[in-house]
Amino acid sequence: MEVLSDHNWVLTVGTFLPLVGVLIMLFIPKTDEVLSKSVAIATAAATLAVGIFTLIQFNYDHADKMQFAADAEWISVIKSSYLIGIDGISLPLYFLSMVITLLVMIYSWNHVPSPGNAKAFFILMLVLQTGMAGTFIARDLILFFVFFELVLLPMYFMIGVWGGENRQYASLKFFLYTMFGSALMLVAFLALFFKTGAESFSIPYLIENGAGIAKNTQIWIFAGMFVGFAVKVPMFPFHTWLPDAHTQAPTQGSVILAAILLKLGTYGFVRIAIPILPAAAKEWAPWIGLLAVIGIIYGALGCLAQTDMKRLIAFSSVAHMGYVMLGISTLTDFGVNAAMFGMVAHGLITGMLFFIAGSVKERYHTLEIKRLSGMLVQMPKLGWILGFSAMASLGLPGLAGFWGEFPAILSAYQPADGLPVEVFRTYMVIAAIGTVFAAGYLLWLYQRTAFGEPTAEFAAGHGHDEDIHDVNKFEWIAWTPLLIAIVVFGVYPQLMFKVLDPAVGVTLKAFGG
Amino acid sequence: MLSAIANAWTTPVVDYHALAPEMILAGGIVLLLLLDLFISESKKWILTPVASFTALGAFIPVLTLALSDEGARSMFDGRYMVDDFSLVLKGLFLLAGYVVILLTTDHLREGDYYQGEYWFLLLSSILGMVMMASSRDLVSIFVSLEFLSIPAYMMAAWRKRDSRSNEAGIKYYLLGVFASAIMLYGMSLLYGIANSTLLVDIGKYLGEDVTAIRAVAVLFVVIGFAFKVSAVPFHTWAPDVYQGAPTPVTAFLSVASKAAGFVALVTVVYVGFPGSHEVWQPVFWILSALTMTLGNVMALKQTNIVRMLAYSSVAQGGFILMPLAVAGMDGVANSALRAVVTYLLVYAATNLGVFAVVMVVSRKTQSGEISSFGGLFSYAPGLASLMTIFLASLAGIPPLGGWFGKFAAFQSLVSAGNNWAYVLAVIGGVNSVVAFGYYGNIMREMWMKPVPDGDTAPVKIHSSLGVALGITGLATVVLGVFPGLVIHFGDIAGLAGAFGN
Repeated sequence: MEVLSDHNWVLTVGTFLPLVGVLIMLFIPKTDEVLSKSVAIATAAATLAVGIFTLIQFNYDHADKMQFAADAEWISVIKSSYLIGIDGISLPLYFLSMVITLLVMIYSWNHVPSPGNAKAFFILMLVLQTGMAGTFIARDLILFFVFFELVLLPMYFMIGVWGGENRQYASLKFFLYTMFGSALMLVAFLALFFKTGAESFSIPYLIENGAGIAKNTQIWIFAGMFVGFAVKVPMFPFHTWLPDAHTQAPTQGSVILAAILLKLGTYGFVRIAIPILPAAAKEWAPWIGLLAVIGIIYGALGCLAQTDMKRLIAFSSVAHMGYVMLGISTLTDFGVNAAMFGMVAHGLITGMLFFIAGSVKERYHTLEIKRLSGMLVQMPKLGWILGFSAMASLGLPGLAGFWGEFPAILSAYQPADGLPVEVFRTYMVIAAIGTVFAAGYLLWLYQRTAFGEPTAEFAAGHGHDEDIHDVNKFEWIAWTPLLIAIVVFGVYPQLMFKVLDPAVGVTLKAFGG
Repeated sequence: MLSAIANAWTTPVVDYHALAPEMILAGGIVLLLLLDLFISESKKWILTPVASFTALGAFIPVLTLALSDEGARSMFDGRYMVDDFSLVLKGLFLLAGYVVILLTTDHLREGDYYQGEYWFLLLSSILGMVMMASSRDLVSIFVSLEFLSIPAYMMAAWRKRDSRSNEAGIKYYLLGVFASAIMLYGMSLLYGIANSTLLVDIGKYLGEDVTAIRAVAVLFVVIGFAFKVSAVPFHTWAPDVYQGAPTPVTAFLSVASKAAGFVALVTVVYVGFPGSHEVWQPVFWILSALTMTLGNVMALKQTNIVRMLAYSSVAQGGFILMPLAVAGMDGVANSALRAVVTYLLVYAATNLGVFAVVMVVSRKTQSGEISSFGGLFSYAPGLASLMTIFLASLAGIPPLGGWFGKFAAFQSLVSAGNNWAYVLAVIGGVNSVVAFGYYGNIMREMWMKPVPDGDTAPVKIHSSLGVALGITGLATVVLGVFPGLVIHFGDIAGLAGAFGN
């Protein structure tokens, strides 16, 4: 595959810069929280600056090619190398991870959750950032695997130490699910390696040679990867860790989890499983589609049943990732483009919703929907932002969510050649019904929490006035970029589609798409 | 007849460079004994640096040998080999021994133990291990094995007024001798069959065909070593011995002594029985599956940290055995050997680190319970982070050393490509998830639980323990990020030559 390797230091610097920040922070005394936070935020800002440089230097006329590509020796004896590069598919997610990390850190300036210890909290976020960015640049399966796993421990501690009441249970569940998936994924990677002649772990090499594996073997290997990625997405029935993890995680953890970590799974499908094993992907596609629509409906019904705002948003994630997976399962250019767009849109919107949930929790000390009411009266700005994000999440045209959801549904009308058309059209109808549910649960949530008068316990003069205040400075700084992005990508989706489309075409070459 | 032998006797050529590590160790041991006899009590501290420098000094010729271009050096008709394989492991034993010396330094001083004798025994045991790495003959293997075991029996009972420690020594001794007896019986059969004690000759003579008597001989030797590496069901001594012995000795047993057992096992199997793989492959398959599963299940139930680490060490042994279950298949021998050696190196660094942290923490909390780690992160974040790194490495989470050991083991299993190998790989995969149950439990204690007695005074780390923590921590991280550094040494075709690939 043709690659562009100008400026090929950019990705390495962008990925590992956060670790340099971590090294510096190790020498800052724990008591000097302001310095810790400043260094961490400065590091994240510098990382983002490198990210912006990447964005500027990226050659948009060749978004289908791997750019800033580098290839260095790593573990030559197992034929794995430090092979990196980004194309139109990885660029948006790579950049998003940098933006989200910086915003989350700014938000954390005065929101370090109990039990405190800002130094450790910020260090974990920086390590997470390296893992996330690294996953998106890796073009070698072993390198991918290492980065993919690197995010595990920091998130485990983030949930387990700074989370809610049930944090230990939730963090362990998160960890064991993901680790189980990764173990199977690793075995699948190894099988892939040996079945292609034990030559290389490089993804481009495997794409060239994977199609030659016998179909039955492909199906088994795909199954192993499927479990690994599906747990991360998460797809029904592997989703049960998600509501617990999201509900118990601190706001920052939830935002990072929703905005980036879930995408590692879907990204794995698009980058690795599907292009390397096209025949197996075709066999699996109807089943993936089925699980995706089950996820859409199940997530929506789950939302309707929730009494906790954060848990509701978590279930809505299951539904939204269902749309993403439906788009991917069509194996068409159109569907995968929609899915990739949906991943970024979901990252922005659901990230935003978790931010809001965190702020609501901070003000009311509860997220129980029936105790909340009249947010628009007490905190009009926060109320409006919640309304805006809910609208974006339900897929209102003109906001980013629409362009992830609507084309994904539409793409199921005409799946790739060889896939059962009737089955996918049925999925399309079910997914469309899912959007009605989505409107239902989101508007209902909004009505119950934002409309009306504040409940008696939180009404003015009942001792909560000091806590209940409108959006503050740090929240504005952290949120504005997300809100703007939601509008910009909603009004002008072409901005991202034109980057995605050429690369998606390359990925789906095996399907004639 | 005797005169005929006497006439045929020629003085063997001794390659002094190749034997330098052993000779430096022997010299150091003698020096220690003499010093201990003749210096006054107040100057006994000098023994510690002597012991350290002996271990490090013996490491220097290992380095020069590794850098020399001469290739494998064979002595005494091939009974004693200094090749890449043996050099890597000699290096491992010497460095692990050095870290154990660092761990012991303050322990000895505070416990008012007999320093001179302790260093003498420790270095003798290390010498046995270093010799083991080069032995290619039944007799020299057996002598090395006893040489490394007998001092260890005594070290296990070092706290002589503590009944647990006495129990540990006796138990270790009795079961060790029992294992030796089984092995010797197997060895005598081998000698009877092949009319030679040289492993290469035995390998040639055994060939491919399997008869009942040959199978029994191979089986007995393998089982004898299975005791040494505490493979289930021959592991029962390990938890009691580990718990009863002084902690630095436990670290030594669980790392160096275990590694020596594996080295002997690998040598015997690779050089002595390459043709009999139909006998030993299923044995290793069963041992490996049982060892990791039972070790894990038992470890989950433990409340005492050292006992938990004992079972964890048993379970880790199961992972190391994993590639041996396919080692005799076409083209797998090399990668299996590499996997075993890599795993041993990583495991040594990580496990010594864990014990170093356990020693630091238990010195403060005066408790051996896992719950005594509660809230460690809140008052000793550096120590808790290091412990997290070690535990994550043992659990096999990238990018820390342990992941690569596991990866190499899985790789050689999958490369065998038959169904039994896949089944074992899946068993291994499930076990590595289960293992996180107990490793994660300690992490949870450290990070998420309150301090049990509310005592949050900062932890004092003595300088020698600090150095040990630094070495092991650095090794654990570096081996994980750049595993190429060690696996480069794992290219040990010499030993796998008998498989014809």
